[in-house]
Amino acid sequence: MSKVPVNYKRTDMQSDQEVKWCPGCGDYTILASVQSFMAELGISKEKIVFVSGIGCAARFPYYMNTYGLHTIHGRAPAVATGVTVSNPDLSVWVVSGDGDSLSIGGNHLIHALRKNVNIKILMFNNQIYGLTKGQYSPTSEEGKKTKSSPFGSVELPFNPMSVALGAEASFVARSVDMDRDLTAQVLQEASTHKGSAFVEIYQNCNVFNDKAFEQLTSKEGRVANRINLVHGEKVIFGAEDEFAVTIENGEAKIVKRTDIDDSQIYVHDITRENPSVAFSLSRLSHGPYGPTPMGVFRKVERETYNEDVMKQIDFAKDSKGDGELDKLVRSLGTWDVK
Amino acid sequence: MDEPKLEVQNKTVESIPAVTIRFAGDSGDGMQLVGTRFTDTSALFGNDLATLPAFPAEIRAPQGTIAGVSSFQVQIADFDILTPGDNPEVLVAMNPAALKAHLHDLAPNGMLIINEDAFEEKNITKAGYKVDPRESGELDGYRVFQVPMEKLTKEALKDSEIKGRAVLRSKNMIALGLISWVFNRPLEDTINWINAKFEKLPEVAEANVKTLKVGYNFGITVEAFHHTYVVEKAALPTGEYTNINGNIGLSWGLIAGAKLSNLELFYGSYPITPASDILHELSKHKNFNVITFQAEDEIAAAAATVGASFTGKLAVTGTSGPGLALKSETISLALSAELPMVIVNVQRGGPSTGLPTKPEQSDLLFALYGRHGESPLPVLASRSPSHAFYTAIEASRIALKYMTPVILLSDNYVATGSEPWKLPDISDLPSLTNNLTTKNNSKDGFLPFHRDMTTFARPWAVPGVPGLEHRIGGLEKEEGTGNVSYDSANHQYMTDMRAWKIANIANDIEPLELNGDEKADTLVLGWGSTYGGITQAVNRLNEKGVKVASAHLTFINPFPDNLGEILSKFERIIIPELNTGQLIKLIRERFLIDAKGINKVAGEPFTAQELEEKIEEKINE
Repeated sequence: MSKVPVNYKRTDMQSDQEVKWCPGCGDYTILASVQSFMAELGISKEKIVFVSGIGCAARFPYYMNTYGLHTIHGRAPAVATGVTVSNPDLSVWVVSGDGDSLSIGGNHLIHALRKNVNIKILMFNNQIYGLTKGQYSPTSEEGKKTKSSPFGSVELPFNPMSVALGAEASFVARSVDMDRDLTAQVLQEASTHKGSAFVEIYQNCNVFNDKAFEQLTSKEGRVANRINLVHGEKVIFGAEDEFAVTIENGEAKIVKRTDIDDSQIYVHDITRENPSVAFSLSRLSHGPYGPTPMGVFRKVERETYNEDVMKQIDFAKDSKGDGELDKLVRSLGTWDVK
Repeated sequence: MDEPKLEVQNKTVESIPAVTIRFAGDSGDGMQLVGTRFTDTSALFGNDLATLPAFPAEIRAPQGTIAGVSSFQVQIADFDILTPGDNPEVLVAMNPAALKAHLHDLAPNGMLIINEDAFEEKNITKAGYKVDPRESGELDGYRVFQVPMEKLTKEALKDSEIKGRAVLRSKNMIALGLISWVFNRPLEDTINWINAKFEKLPEVAEANVKTLKVGYNFGITVEAFHHTYVVEKAALPTGEYTNINGNIGLSWGLIAGAKLSNLELFYGSYPITPASDILHELSKHKNFNVITFQAEDEIAAAAATVGASFTGKLAVTGTSGPGLALKSETISLALSAELPMVIVNVQRGGPSTGLPTKPEQSDLLFALYGRHGESPLPVLASRSPSHAFYTAIEASRIALKYMTPVILLSDNYVATGSEPWKLPDISDLPSLTNNLTTKNNSKDGFLPFHRDMTTFARPWAVPGVPGLEHRIGGLEKEEGTGNVSYDSANHQYMTDMRAWKIANIANDIEPLELNGDEKADTLVLGWGSTYGGITQAVNRLNEKGVKVASAHLTFINPFPDNLGEILSKFERIIIPELNTGQLIKLIRERFLIDAKGINKVAGEPFTAQELEEKIEEKINE
């Protein structure tokens, strides 16, 4: 990615379109975070592309003063793959929701992550279908009562961090709409990552699923339940840092610090080649209902799909020379009729 | 086996204008290879030719059964031909199942070469025969030659390093050698081909060359073959020729389309029969800056293609029937966002999985109408392997010039059949224009939907161009600004504009041409792969004095401007199609003409003879 010295203000990143989410929607906060972050990213805006699918979150590209493509439900990672492979010089961002990414678009998400396509996927998880006015989503908790599940949802929800790690994602992180600092931090880490990045951002839908993340955003909950993952640091949390995370037999566990020696506390390492520890951290919560890890789970270096595609093209040109139609049409052998 | 003896000179060589040969055997018997080799040798010799491979959908269907029979038909001629022939005059049957499946097509007094070693009781029963067909009298009326192909192969390779059952893999070379002798084809080209193909397996190369020669020598030494044939060179227009099938022609046409437009080619696809060979071919040519993207599914293939188009590529996705259905929503997005894109559909028998390896023209209406909303787009069809090259360029031209997705139809017959192609002068191919822009088009900011008022295309500003940042998508856009608009008058306008833009392309395509008797009162109208059969049938009818003409559509949407005028000159319009009547619906609806259909969905193309009879029937009705 060629970085040019560009100095933008947040307003330079705002398009002239009126933002039309419901008043009080968590998307506003995320939009502000992203616009501020993008202004400071150092990439000129003509090289930035936002791609989205369908859903409330998917309106995002219309509000960014960059190139943008609002596509069809679930397919944004595939469209973005076409964009980034065709022009590796672009900074390509996908904005998606839990229905878009994990239900109709699940296939595209896992394959983009597996291939390490150089795109950054932001999944706003509000645990509900908002644009269609309130049906349970693949991240809604079991028993969730919605218009389409009046007696409660009977489905086990996805754990998005586990899905991404299981799909070989090289970068996996989580933030929450209200925490603009953490979001900026995570986006910064994602933007410098080579390859695909998956960022889940818990997002409050104040109309159809209000306060879903209260345990992580309320005054008490924020202190008690957030397990902040910081690379190189011991994982300690709680109002008085009274809890810690250990890894025993490959399994992450929450323990009282009084029960263990501090040397047993897991020291977070986002660069572990093997995703097992990151996966076990993702299993500490199956939703935002208690102690929940936040921050970067994994960030490992791996060849990107883009690089490998380009390498093959360069190799072909080096070894065969630039393609010529005259040679191509004769490549199966010819004969003359006189 | 003894060395060839000179008595060959005592045998009669008869010159014949054309012959149709069909090789049939188990799908593991290598019949496609034998057919292709004989074809290539004949092409190099200078014959005109056309081929029809037919194979089961299963890679290895149960051995020895009818379901597992694979065949390859080729017609070679000393004149210009358009089809792979009607009923073969020569049938090579490698086992009883192949005989059972194909004997009914063999012309009366046809030459039947059978591998007698495969006629064991077990195989005879497996093929569904109650008694050995060689003894039941059903081979009466054919010239039967029983050849111990397996015995000859084993004998030939008894000193070879190849042992066991692997030896019999070379038995197809006996058939190829023998047929090469019967039709006076030199072996040299095939020997070179074998040596090149098995360069790293010299023992396999040696075994194949040896058996090939044994087959050839068998013809020379065995009294039964007292007669050989030669099909002289065809008087084709002078020039340099190559032999291609439709998938290759189409792939090369896409590469040419990119070159001629100074763009790079992006091809997004998901493996599907019979379109996969386009993906295979294009992925070989990365030195043309071709990006091939094998997607996780059909939808992703189309979606990535939309993304590639957004960045300024010649963006193409390819598939066959079921895949086109999956791509439908994405094509609508490209149509609404007015992004250039080519969608290739190599049709096969449907619905659902249908007949994956058989030709059919049954996706025409789907190509035209298989999208939600009012969503017209150009549809054109390839009629032959070489025509596929030119239609791929034409589809690219239209997509780029008019900023629209374009559907290019091929089918299994065009895709897998081959014909000699007189190479064009590459420098004569037209350069293709596009709507790429780096300039702002208004003082109030870039207007992505401000149209060119001759083509009605919008400008194509791609990421990386400073100052032209804009957002587009599938929501209805306001004319000019491209902003999301729910305004009712705007939606009416945009719907009408999208339709008008496509209809207007009629002014920019080749007019329809007439073949045959222009003063006739009957016109046979076709599209796509029926071209060879229809044209040959009409030419034969003209020779017989029947007054009939034909015309063949490349564009089905929009129709060429002169179609109405041409139709109005004829009293009777006959439309043969490999479907239950799709073009005929369009013609009847558009021109209010009581056209008559000749329809077939039997998993095989029309033969010229079949069409000749049916057209005459319709004329006499």
